[in-house]
Amino acid sequence: MKTTANPSRRTFLKATAALSGGLVIAFWLPGRRGLARAQGAPKAPIPPNAFLRIAKDGTVTVMVKNLEFGQGVTTALPMLVAEELECDWSRVRAELAPAAPEYAHTAFGMQMTGGSMSVGDSWTQLRTVGAQARTMLVAAAAAQWKVKPEACRAEKGFVIGPGGKKASFGSLAEAAAKLPAPEKVALKDPKQFKLIGKPTRRLDSVERIEAKTVFGLDVKRPGLHTALVAHPPVVGARVAKFDAQKVRGIAGVTHVVQTSLGVAVVAKNFWAAKKGRDALEIEWEAGPGATLSSEGLRAEYAALARQPGPMAKKAADPNAIKAAAKTVVAEYEVPFLAHAPMEPLNCTVEYRGDSAEVWCGSQFQTVDQAAAAKAMGLTPDKVTLHTMPAGGGFGRRANPASDYVVEACEIAKSVKVPVKTVWTREDDVRGGYYRPMYVHRVEAGLDAKGAIVGWNHAIVGQSIIAGTAFEPFLVKEGIDHTSVEGVSDTPYDIPNLAVTLHSPKSPVTTLWWRSVGHSHTAFVMETMIDELAAAAGEDPLAFRRKLLAKHPRVVATLDLAARKAGWGTALPQGRARGIAVHESFGSVCAQVAEVSLEKGEVKVHRVVAAFDCGLVVNPMTVEAQVQGAIAFGLSAALHSAITIKDGKVQQSNFHDYRVLRLSEMPKVEVHIVSSGADKPTGVGEPATPPIAPAVANALFALTGKRARSLPLGKTSWA
Amino acid sequence: MTKFYVNGEPVEFRAAPDTPLLWALRDHLGLTGTKFGCGLSQCGACTVHVNGEPALACSIPVSDLQGKRVTTIEGLPANAVVKAVKGAWVDKDVVQCGYCQPGQVMAAVALLTKNKSPSDAEIDAAMDGNLCRCGTYPRIREAVKTAAAKLAGKR
Repeated sequence: MKTTANPSRRTFLKATAALSGGLVIAFWLPGRRGLARAQGAPKAPIPPNAFLRIAKDGTVTVMVKNLEFGQGVTTALPMLVAEELECDWSRVRAELAPAAPEYAHTAFGMQMTGGSMSVGDSWTQLRTVGAQARTMLVAAAAAQWKVKPEACRAEKGFVIGPGGKKASFGSLAEAAAKLPAPEKVALKDPKQFKLIGKPTRRLDSVERIEAKTVFGLDVKRPGLHTALVAHPPVVGARVAKFDAQKVRGIAGVTHVVQTSLGVAVVAKNFWAAKKGRDALEIEWEAGPGATLSSEGLRAEYAALARQPGPMAKKAADPNAIKAAAKTVVAEYEVPFLAHAPMEPLNCTVEYRGDSAEVWCGSQFQTVDQAAAAKAMGLTPDKVTLHTMPAGGGFGRRANPASDYVVEACEIAKSVKVPVKTVWTREDDVRGGYYRPMYVHRVEAGLDAKGAIVGWNHAIVGQSIIAGTAFEPFLVKEGIDHTSVEGVSDTPYDIPNLAVTLHSPKSPVTTLWWRSVGHSHTAFVMETMIDELAAAAGEDPLAFRRKLLAKHPRVVATLDLAARKAGWGTALPQGRARGIAVHESFGSVCAQVAEVSLEKGEVKVHRVVAAFDCGLVVNPMTVEAQVQGAIAFGLSAALHSAITIKDGKVQQSNFHDYRVLRLSEMPKVEVHIVSSGADKPTGVGEPATPPIAPAVANALFALTGKRARSLPLGKTSWA
Repeated sequence: MTKFYVNGEPVEFRAAPDTPLLWALRDHLGLTGTKFGCGLSQCGACTVHVNGEPALACSIPVSDLQGKRVTTIEGLPANAVVKAVKGAWVDKDVVQCGYCQPGQVMAAVALLTKNKSPSDAEIDAAMDGNLCRCGTYPRIREAVKTAAAKLAGKR
């Protein structure tokens, strides 16, 4: 049985042989591009580029509209096309698409990578592209052979006709491109999939391993200069004046210019720019950030957590908790976090007066293109934004303020030579746009039988969204949904759950960080649930299962992790297990962590993860993403924290902003739930939230101590 | 001026002698396979071989390299160890973003050149200086073991 995709009503299709003499398919969903329009994206007709090219030699190139920064879209998205196209997988390659309206997210109208949405967003779109192209290739062959298309089929890059007729896709591409694109195509039933669901190695391994991939930092252009920018040493400070006298004598330095955030030194190479920046004498006007400290914020947030505020969820009976037989009150704290992708931020700009080209690893092409244009006094259509593969990002390259892109454009416009801005690791760690610091205060009541009767939950932390173009969509009645996700929409059946949110402002800039709000809400929810299980005298797994009776998908995932981990079986002396489960980005991940203490340090030996991410496109990538998300979450669970004193960020590089090293990586076992779902849900983020609470709960089982702040490494466990 | 060798070719470096090898490679020689990650010997993204030993290019001034032989990811010979490492990296599908992987490969090649059958602890110790924010660590461990097995003829 086949399902039918009917894209005709909203779909504009165009086939043209304009590029590389092959088949080019452009596919566009107009009418849902509100944000792109609002930000000044051009309404120009669709340009002659597309999602798919088939060259005469049979090479199939899939244009990937998302950023590739480790999550594997340059393999998963071509798999969607190839499944329907029936091409030869070994002839498929991927190319990152530049900023262009037809590459917008199908629902959000802007080109972006985030929210673990890439595969889901392209699920129907790219399979349809593949099916359309296949239909056109078959039609071209049928016309050539003067037979009916129904008498032909496509297989491994060839169209096969009656009487042993056979023609390669490459030989048919030019003729196929001249045919009208079919408006209706039938898409395969998942049972017919040959490629989707099969473990498939990445298409880009060899070029990455041999260092042939050109990341943003590797961009070479004629006459390219390097710029380093001195950013404020105190949060929110501004340049009062600067003296570049000592800079000008440094060989290789060509320009010193002020930007809206700091002072840039432009030079013929990185080292000259670095020396030049070190020699700059800048007087900063500190502003209100001068007295800021994490300690002060903690006290302020803890006080706010006891105050009434905007409510994300109201209790049916706010007084129910007063009748509780037992009440548990706990206050939690998580720090600011930097993203610290391995490739430091960078952006290359060639400004040509009436147009410009920008090269960067952008998660937000539409936003960055518009911001670049504005910074250079151009319209977005005059700015070509090349999406470069990025060495990680984790949200940092999806900044509504486009900070590092705007800065590069300001410099390029000012100095009128091609410029690449390079952030040092210190610039990155101290450069703001952190996952916000949060304080949670939870008061939960149990009745005499150990059942929850009420739960008052206050969350205090800066809003990521306030003041950005996303505010109208994501902030409702004072509630930034990204601050409370994972609490106000918890699957646990908690009677009389009340969620209050305070979103204080500060000069510290904040941003989403892999798994966004879930990065802190899962820690609080899952350690509190564990604490209540202990208070009720129940097994943590059994206690959770009772509260999840209405969510069989969550229970199934939890059960799978518990079973595979040997939940309830004996462990060697000095080891303990902890369990956590969390739903995010449409997926559910449960984890069981096995820990011990070695010389007082937390050691995580083994993590068993169960993951329901809907229909699995590439199990090999799913496993990698779960392993990676756990490593990323463990960095923050055990080590990472950005702290501020006298307005200054106290960390600077990987020695004091610690992240997980290979020797600390636990054995990770990933078990994918076979749910029979008919579409994919999020993969990149949902395995990050459960690891911190799973480890914290294991530490409780081991020591009897409850961790209520992260990183866990700062608690004395001995 | 400092004279040294990069991937077998003689180099006469005339720019600032305190220039770190990393930036001499990237900015002056156009070899961008050696990556910048921290500039402080913390992350291993810039791992190269100097006279056959793994070294961090971000922290070696060119002036220290007089007469020395530098090998970068671009200049790795196609010998058995290199083939085994690259093959295992593809087989185990190690790569995520790939930015740290040239450095990881350089570290793994240096390890297996000296020690054909490293223990788990030796692998952890040899690879511990190379950070990966994507978290490819489990597959790096597997790939090093796979390469070692291949070199031992066990497959």
